[in-house]
Amino acid sequence: MNPLERYAPLVEDRTAFFAACKRPLPSVVRVNTINATPERAKQALDEEGVGYETVDWNPHILRLDERGPGTSWPYFHGWLHGQEEVSALPAIALDPQPGERIWDSCAAPGSKTTQLSAMMDDTGIVVGNDNNLGRLSALRHNAERLGVTNLAVTKQDGRNFSLKPFGFEAFDRAIVDAPCSCEGTIRKNPDTLEQWTLEHVHSVAAIQKGILSRAIQATRPGGTVVYSTCTFAPEENEAVVDHVLETEDCDIATFDCPLESVRGVTEWEDETYDSRVEQTHRIYPHLNDTGGFYCAKLEVTA
Amino acid sequence: MSDSETDLKSNVGQQFGRLPATPADRTVEGRVSRQEVLEFFDERFGIDSSVFEPYTFWEKGKGKIWIFAEDAPTPIRIEGLGMTVLRTRQEHWKPTHSAVQRFGHHANKNVIKLSADEAAHFAQGNDQELPAWDGDWGYLIATHELAGDWVPVGVGLYLYDELRSTVPKGNQEALSVL
Repeated sequence: MNPLERYAPLVEDRTAFFAACKRPLPSVVRVNTINATPERAKQALDEEGVGYETVDWNPHILRLDERGPGTSWPYFHGWLHGQEEVSALPAIALDPQPGERIWDSCAAPGSKTTQLSAMMDDTGIVVGNDNNLGRLSALRHNAERLGVTNLAVTKQDGRNFSLKPFGFEAFDRAIVDAPCSCEGTIRKNPDTLEQWTLEHVHSVAAIQKGILSRAIQATRPGGTVVYSTCTFAPEENEAVVDHVLETEDCDIATFDCPLESVRGVTEWEDETYDSRVEQTHRIYPHLNDTGGFYCAKLEVTA
Repeated sequence: MSDSETDLKSNVGQQFGRLPATPADRTVEGRVSRQEVLEFFDERFGIDSSVFEPYTFWEKGKGKIWIFAEDAPTPIRIEGLGMTVLRTRQEHWKPTHSAVQRFGHHANKNVIKLSADEAAHFAQGNDQELPAWDGDWGYLIATHELAGDWVPVGVGLYLYDELRSTVPKGNQEALSVL
């Protein structure tokens, strides 16, 4: 079975959904404001004759006309970073401030992590964690290339992450961009559906619950936690948020989603979820011509 | 060797240790001090020490110096802390490619300006004859003109009329001649 069929009943415009899933993604870059202003990055692209268009919802994100970002001077200088448009969303929802302490629980390969650093003017501390050494090396390489100096890299299981090395008690904010079934990346990785199984959905959902619970526990009262995935599976999205609303000291926080989105679902197969998950965001590929995505913002209450 | 020298601990490769403020504060054998790092960047490249004022400096692995935007407990056993900035255990200290890309625009000494053609060669990792340079030998910051300013391309090693590119393999790129 095509797993996309499983989620089609959730989507209003089924034809547009399937058509968008078949199209390749536009080539998108984020301006790394640690090293350059958007004006300078654009001037460099102009000098090189690379066409681009700034997206209408964020001044730092550019859609390139043709080639990938890896072969231009501004990319070489770490002024640009290839990052899918929709994947810029969780950092924007988190809204980290300069000087804060941030935990990125599943950081590699680091597009979101380095975006957090840039939003914080490369001050404070971003603890970028991942449990895979190979992926951590990609994170380290990207952070160096982008001139990030506020990143501390750890290799721990996010579900029982320890702050001990750092000598402080809690983070101001945390981001859980969780490992998931990834159907939302179908436009980038067409084979992603071949590996899809329902067993994996259930096993990865258990991991997601573990990491998100730890993120809430490791964040100070009044702090913010953002949960995101690139799957359409309610088991990995609303069900995970429903679980922590029940078991952890947190509440849903609203945010203005700068991309067109639809509300989280409260019913799926035999399950019903806390009505507050309606205030989380589902993004389907046809809504903004991006990948598929899910994003929830939580406030830590105690 | 004096008694105090033999008391120094040896460097532990798997952890980050904060650099001592001055050579007199040293507790780990062979570890350079913050003061010496700041003097190096000032004396070699004219980068004013105030540029580095907000940062802390760390060693992990022999002579591999990292720069971090915050402070942290020392020693700290994690995978990464900020960005690599300098290698100090050879006779001539070498700034890293990432350090020069990040902080090289503050330099006003030992900076070699490359033409569009030379910059493209350099970014690809190629060595080239540049006899016109009449400044110091050793590590230089190579720059080219982009978006209205001179921008660091990387670290070059200048010896016998030749500029060797030290752009790391993973960063080398075949780029257009602007």
